[in-house]
Amino acid sequence: MRGIAATQIGQLARRSVLRTLRQPSQIVPALVFPLFLLAVNSGGLKDATNLPGFPTDSYLTFALAVPFMQGALFSVMNAGTDLARDIETGFLNRLALTPLRGAALLAGLLAGAVVLGLIQAATYLAVGLLAGADLAAGAAGAAVIVVLSVTVTVAFGTLGLVVALRSGTAEAVQGMFPLFFVLLFLSSMALPLELLQTDWFHTVASINPVSYLLQAFRSLLIEGWNVGELALGFAIAAAIGVLGMTAAAAALKTRLVRT
Amino acid sequence: MSRKVALAVAWRSIHIFLTNPAFLAPGILFPLFFFTAFAGGLSAIAAAPGFDFPSGYTAFQFVFVLLQSAAFGGVFTGFGIARDFETGFARRYLLAARDRRGIVAGYAIAALVRALITWTILTAVALVAGMQVGGDGVELLGLYGLAVLVNLTATFWAAGIAMRVRSIQGGPLMQFPVFLILFLAPVYVPLDLLSGWIHAVASVNPVTALLEAGRGFISGDPTAVALAFAIAVTLPLLFALWARGGLKRAEAAA
Repeated sequence: MRGIAATQIGQLARRSVLRTLRQPSQIVPALVFPLFLLAVNSGGLKDATNLPGFPTDSYLTFALAVPFMQGALFSVMNAGTDLARDIETGFLNRLALTPLRGAALLAGLLAGAVVLGLIQAATYLAVGLLAGADLAAGAAGAAVIVVLSVTVTVAFGTLGLVVALRSGTAEAVQGMFPLFFVLLFLSSMALPLELLQTDWFHTVASINPVSYLLQAFRSLLIEGWNVGELALGFAIAAAIGVLGMTAAAAALKTRLVRT
Repeated sequence: MSRKVALAVAWRSIHIFLTNPAFLAPGILFPLFFFTAFAGGLSAIAAAPGFDFPSGYTAFQFVFVLLQSAAFGGVFTGFGIARDFETGFARRYLLAARDRRGIVAGYAIAALVRALITWTILTAVALVAGMQVGGDGVELLGLYGLAVLVNLTATFWAAGIAMRVRSIQGGPLMQFPVFLILFLAPVYVPLDLLSGWIHAVASVNPVTALLEAGRGFISGDPTAVALAFAIAVTLPLLFALWARGGLKRAEAAA
């Protein structure tokens, strides 16, 4: 039984990975856009490091956490759009005629997000370090950053699956992008939480989970090893992933019944 | 140029924009969102040493978001042109119009109306949020005049792409260069506070002059006005030629 599930996941994972790698239109923006914003923000907001209480004297190091989150947002679009296309083209209907398990389908679809997450994390980290960012946690910290980045990417990827399964159209998935972007902008993306002066903005950023995911990345880049912040980051990513997978499984059931 | 053609095209584009929430919402919400994120989230930057903008950080960011919404109003209109080509409606325009330059003029009018709606809401929100305005009526007219010219430039740029590519797949090509040139200007702090490569790029970026003049207008301290208007008037003229070339390509392909 376990072997069959593994075969099913493996086949779909292979398809998902190949599909991702064969679409430069998915990979290039996910790499270029976050790095462009990193370059612009680290140049334009350099003076923020002069603010009392700013945690580092390198804004590049502070801002390097952001591309990992932006990359995760791209995985919402990519995972969701791929599944939505499968629905639009009728591929999901054909899969529904096979003894394929729902869980295998969802897990397989996320393989592309894992590979993209790995490419993104390695690229952002390499470019950031080459540009002069610090990595206080050292080489082991780099490995943890990559693992955290992939975890966050997969977690957000499940949200893309939910939207795709519920709407059934790639256009609807694309339309969700601004909403996820809002999550990023209304966080401690540009300044640490304690330096956000506008009250309502501080409140929103404080309850926005993205702020704590950013903090987990930043802890490795700026502080070194802060187990509490890392654990919180991984826990939030896992919670988003579990919620997303549960919602996606329910949406898949409904969609297959419709099929 | 046929005024009737321009008005007909403009009316249809405005009607589509106003009656379809999927088109209306992004055009209005995106600038508000950027304004909120920048003015709200980065207000502490005003305390950075050397930052001495007299009207405060909200007004400082308002000018950027106003010009950004002007530019993206034009880009979104380009999306509409591309969509018209995809659906075949633009071919009908080409067949029906006696003077086809009126088609581009119509899209430009629609883009401006669209931008005016966005600016009205954006300005109201900024004032409610406590934006300080130091400029007088003439200076504010200068600020919105710059925004109109930026809107016209972006419309002609996007129209030129849309009529060459004739598919919504040309969207990133319309959008990305505009995004790039806007963000390679002094977005978060004045030019003097930038350093390194971003200062070098921003110093030669024409958007910098527009931003500085706009910020001068809103604070009641006009800065680099002649340079800004020279750029703002030249750009739409140049990009009108670009759009005209696109129209010729579309005519040849029709």
